[in-house]
Amino acid sequence: MSSLTVDEAPQAASHVHYLNVKFGVKSWLFTTDHKRIALLYLASITFFFFVGGAAAVLMRLHLLTPGGLLVEPATYNKLFTVHGILMVFFFLIPAIPAVLGNFLVPMMIGARDLAFPKLNLLSWYVYILGGLFTLYAVVAGGVDTGWTFYTPYSSTYSNSHVIAAALGIFITGFSSILTGLNFIVTIHKMRAPGLTWFRLPLFIWAIYATSIIFILGTPVLAITIVLVALERLFHIGVFDPALGGDPILFQHMFWFYSHPAVYIMILPGMGVESELITCFSRKKIFGYKFVAMSSLGIALLGFLVWGHHMFVSGQSMYAGMVFSILSYLVAVPSAVKVFNWTATLYKGSISYDAPMLYALGFIGLFTMGGVTGMFLASLGVNVHVHDTYFVIAHFHYIMVGGMVMAYLGGIHFWWPKISGRMYPQGWARFAALVIFVGFNLTFFPQYILGFLGMPRRYAVYPAEFQVLNVMSSAGASILGVGYLIPLIYFIWSMRYGPVASANPWNAKGLEWQTPSPPPTENFEEIPVVTEEAYDYPVREAQVA
Amino acid sequence: MPEELAATAHQFEDLAQQHEADELGMWVFLGTEVMFFGGLFLGYTVYRHVYFGAFEAGSHLLDLLLGAVNTSVLIASSFTMALSVYAAQKGRKKTLITCLILTMILGSVFLGIKGVEYGQKFHHHLVPGYDFNPEGNFPAHMSLYFSFYFIMTGMHALHMIVGEGLLLVVLILAAKNRFTAAHHATVEVVGIYWHFVDIIWIFLFPLLYLIGGR
Ligand SMILES: [Cu+2]
Repeated sequence: MSSLTVDEAPQAASHVHYLNVKFGVKSWLFTTDHKRIALLYLASITFFFFVGGAAAVLMRLHLLTPGGLLVEPATYNKLFTVHGILMVFFFLIPAIPAVLGNFLVPMMIGARDLAFPKLNLLSWYVYILGGLFTLYAVVAGGVDTGWTFYTPYSSTYSNSHVIAAALGIFITGFSSILTGLNFIVTIHKMRAPGLTWFRLPLFIWAIYATSIIFILGTPVLAITIVLVALERLFHIGVFDPALGGDPILFQHMFWFYSHPAVYIMILPGMGVESELITCFSRKKIFGYKFVAMSSLGIALLGFLVWGHHMFVSGQSMYAGMVFSILSYLVAVPSAVKVFNWTATLYKGSISYDAPMLYALGFIGLFTMGGVTGMFLASLGVNVHVHDTYFVIAHFHYIMVGGMVMAYLGGIHFWWPKISGRMYPQGWARFAALVIFVGFNLTFFPQYILGFLGMPRRYAVYPAEFQVLNVMSSAGASILGVGYLIPLIYFIWSMRYGPVASANPWNAKGLEWQTPSPPPTENFEEIPVVTEEAYDYPVREAQVA
Repeated sequence: MPEELAATAHQFEDLAQQHEADELGMWVFLGTEVMFFGGLFLGYTVYRHVYFGAFEAGSHLLDLLLGAVNTSVLIASSFTMALSVYAAQKGRKKTLITCLILTMILGSVFLGIKGVEYGQKFHHHLVPGYDFNPEGNFPAHMSLYFSFYFIMTGMHALHMIVGEGLLLVVLILAAKNRFTAAHHATVEVVGIYWHFVDIIWIFLFPLLYLIGGR
């Protein structure tokens, strides 16, 4: 039976909460309430997600025929650059931390708000400012360097709007830094009485680990971008070999951030996953401490493997070997998580509500992405499939199959808390299924394409690759529809959805002990924590 | 203590928690700054290693005297900053204001001298990307040294300017009697920042001015 309980009484949501305490545009644009800021982020990252998605749709349309259907090759370069920049910096990186993290961190630890509410609002404005610069670069004529901005092409030769886009990313980076700083201080200093570190929800551990990467990684990207921009403006030769500079140094500095950034993009998803799996198995998580520590392990080891992006860039063979071995090592904590989630499912009383469907999809797709990551970490295989669609498929299985699934699962899980309304379960399950099918149809063929040798970032391809490319494009159209369905029913539910109770999933965790939607200060009274996380009743008791 | 409660922001339980959060926030922020400058130091180290001769020659074109004076000025400003924090802890408003003003003056002196040095570089055609045409023979890639000289000291100066702004805010708050012996976290936090910016210079001075001995 479903664990869903819907409170139909209309007076249930008539209490004063963060949504109805004030109205009007000003009350939103000047809010310091972490829950409202989370919604500002939700709206803006959804916008960027669909703009980035539109670029992907155009690319997949273009690749329907070997000669290219739609655009000039130069425009194609701009499409994949825009897609990459928007999806990485304006969707994936802020998605779970800035939306769900902002909404949940204070509530999960029993605090009234984050430590620095004004800084939190500032981070949203910084994000928007960075977004405007990037959109300007797109509208003014685009950028063609790829999201990686490799020098000396980006710093010297490209004729596109590199500086505006780079500035956009630089600025947005500070929004990540502020968010990470806020989370670290809040988690350290503002936990409710009795909420010790090892009683924290695993989502908090994941967000904490992510914040460490925000803090240590993002500034390196910032200075790297500054150097590229300065070189482009003044021709000073930091990365330009013609002037004595070293383009490989750029790659080291870029990947020193951008590999850990991969974990910024997946760790929060893993945190959501831990919450969903326990709740819908009605079982305590298997190996709490291992799951918690593996988040920190991933954050720290993640800083030591950047060189696996540079196996064919001309770094020394010995460096390549070390980076290869370390890349295998970083898979261990990820595997710990997957095995512990699976062990949690074992003998749980599993219910297949919509959030759980996303969570189960995550496990499968993330595992496939992770295992193909192992292929790529081994030197010999990497050289064979380097810069092919195999790589594209690999990281889309992690980023889209993993992170976007977890993000959607999380939104479906906490939507009753966020909006105070339920969404139609049938449609939500249907959408999860459509997304799963569409995703695999889009990206599985790309593994094969890459293995057969189709390189990434080309506007044309040999005729024998057409069947697989058409499959991929067909899948993309299904995937696109799959993403639109939740957009529609979430908007619908805000007005017409049945009123949600305080704890519709019967979940553990402090955020479910306060009304839906929560009052501005989250709790009537700061709760005192006396039990471990996920203290679900043992199964025997439930069955009887 | 009603005035103490009034100073606590709504998200905190009490003033002590708020102070701890403020200080931890600044330390975490300085962590990001270490990584930011770390990227620059990495680039510097790589090119100094590859083009040591050019870096040495470039270093010898800097004005050692002005650099040394500036180093002492900055250390003195750290001292007056530490005195400001001490005065705030003891609740001595007059001393606090005097020391803050002294710190700001020393910071401005530093920036002024830095400006003079920059002017000299423009005068001697030592500005990469704008006018790089030194007199006499000079090793290839010496412009890289000056690129890093300008970027590193420029980033540092930018942080100094931000620091001056922060000091001004603290000064205004102090003049408005906003600090008590129990409530002065803002002074401490700005102090931590100011010391950090000084420490960056302590690394920059030998790395830029003293290559290969003088
Ligand atoms: Cu990587």
